[in-house]
Amino acid sequence: MSEFETPLDIAAIRADFPILDQEVRPGFPLVYLDNAATSQKPLAVIDAMDDYYRRYNSNVHRGLHKLSEEATDAYEDARKRIAKFIHAPSHKEVIYTRNTTESINLVAWSWARANLKAGDVILSTEMEHHSNIVPWQILAQQTGIEVKYVPVTDDGFLDMEAFKKLLDERVKLVTVMHMSNVVGTIQPIRQLADMAHAAGALILVDAAQSVPHMPVDVQALDCDFFAFSSHKMLGPTGIGILYGKRAILEAMPPFMGGGDMILRVELSGSQWNELPHKFEAGTPAIAEAIGLGAAVDYLNKIGMEAIHAHERAVTAYALERLAEVPGVRVLGPSDPDQRGGLAAMVMDGAHPHDMAEILNHAGIAIRAGHHCAMPLHQRYKIPASARASFYLYNTFEEVDKLIEGLYTVKETLL
Amino acid sequence: MDDLYREMILDHYHNPRLKKLVHPASIDYAEDNPVCGDHIHLTLQLDVENRVTAAGWEGDGCAISQASASMLYETLAGKTLEEIRAIDKDVILEMLGIPLSAVRIKCALLSLKVLKAGAYGLTAWPGEED
Repeated sequence: MSEFETPLDIAAIRADFPILDQEVRPGFPLVYLDNAATSQKPLAVIDAMDDYYRRYNSNVHRGLHKLSEEATDAYEDARKRIAKFIHAPSHKEVIYTRNTTESINLVAWSWARANLKAGDVILSTEMEHHSNIVPWQILAQQTGIEVKYVPVTDDGFLDMEAFKKLLDERVKLVTVMHMSNVVGTIQPIRQLADMAHAAGALILVDAAQSVPHMPVDVQALDCDFFAFSSHKMLGPTGIGILYGKRAILEAMPPFMGGGDMILRVELSGSQWNELPHKFEAGTPAIAEAIGLGAAVDYLNKIGMEAIHAHERAVTAYALERLAEVPGVRVLGPSDPDQRGGLAAMVMDGAHPHDMAEILNHAGIAIRAGHHCAMPLHQRYKIPASARASFYLYNTFEEVDKLIEGLYTVKETLL
Repeated sequence: MDDLYREMILDHYHNPRLKKLVHPASIDYAEDNPVCGDHIHLTLQLDVENRVTAAGWEGDGCAISQASASMLYETLAGKTLEEIRAIDKDVILEMLGIPLSAVRIKCALLSLKVLKAGAYGLTAWPGEED
């Protein structure tokens, strides 16, 4: 059983998350296994945002008064801690957005429109979340660039031979997810980055599922753009991050126009602000940035290595137990070292919606559907899947409840 | 689980009624719910007064969508298209008799959507026609 040991003090961690202490219905405590959709928030995050609103709510970057100075300091200090968290060389390369989706759209609207022309290719993949497909399709419709997709293998990896063939001189951007939100596979980003760069292309990494769950180093990965969301990493909704290499960001035109992103405005024209503010028009999500900063502090306190080890153990246990349930098939690789902390599955004779509904009745929250990855589900010829996704507060006992719940699904429907 | 999926729903899910297309069909229409892949294909035979003489369907998907199709389509024979017009969202929800979340309501209403789209060309989800 040594494989199934966790380095974390789960009871202590769970005490930091007030939402976990509830029953979905009498006798059925909440088992929250929908972390790939959004994570729960520790008190440290809730309190940091509450403190801002109670004590120093004010706009940033303009007011010459105590509250505004304090708010600006907290807002900018969070940015510095986030930069350090992903090992960005400078906090000026860390841009606040609304979420991963907006981060990717920022690159599509600003970088791609300024740098690409009809006939150029964006190379995405079959496994991407819709947020890393649709912005490029919109761009293609409007500019005549072409979007191509790297095929995915049966066990959830990119087909590297096909990738090499597709990576010709027309490709200007490779855009790929770090960790799949369906099959869970962790892609070899550094290798892909080296290959993209050798072919003269940039690489954008959708890190929405990786940053919350494992240590990341944007310099070691050598990615040009790196996008992720606060709400999947214990922080609030409404804020996300785009990291970009400084020289690339410097050369890009603004994304949205408005206040804060300018140095001076005249009716004849305006001069853009310096990084990162050039990309942050209008009053930003101040409380949310402060909340994300608190989330980063919390994750650092627990330790990303330990969190990753814990999730690996819980996932390994889940994969072993799920293999016992007749008729259940887990998507993606069976080796827990090759995947993140989630298991998307299908069950013979049970539609994922029915699985989710019956599990919910037992207090277990999972996600059912296509998880914003319809092309990947089409690739695997399934309409939908049921996904259990884990985080630092999930326990082996919760995996046992999931398994019990799946037997209840069978009894109910079969 | 009886308060979650009533016995009648499970019965229709396991033993769907009229689950065989009728030929030749006066009305032949199919639709998917792309969010979950639920699929329903409905065929109806009508007489000269536009009265349903036979109904048959095919489909796959979750228990709610499939049971709803089985229960609804079983009631169509003998009804005129004008009478079918009166079947609305509430009729389906009452027929199923269980509380449904917003996502699951679409599962429940796919059968009605297919019926109305096939019979009258209405393409909105039932309850959203206005």
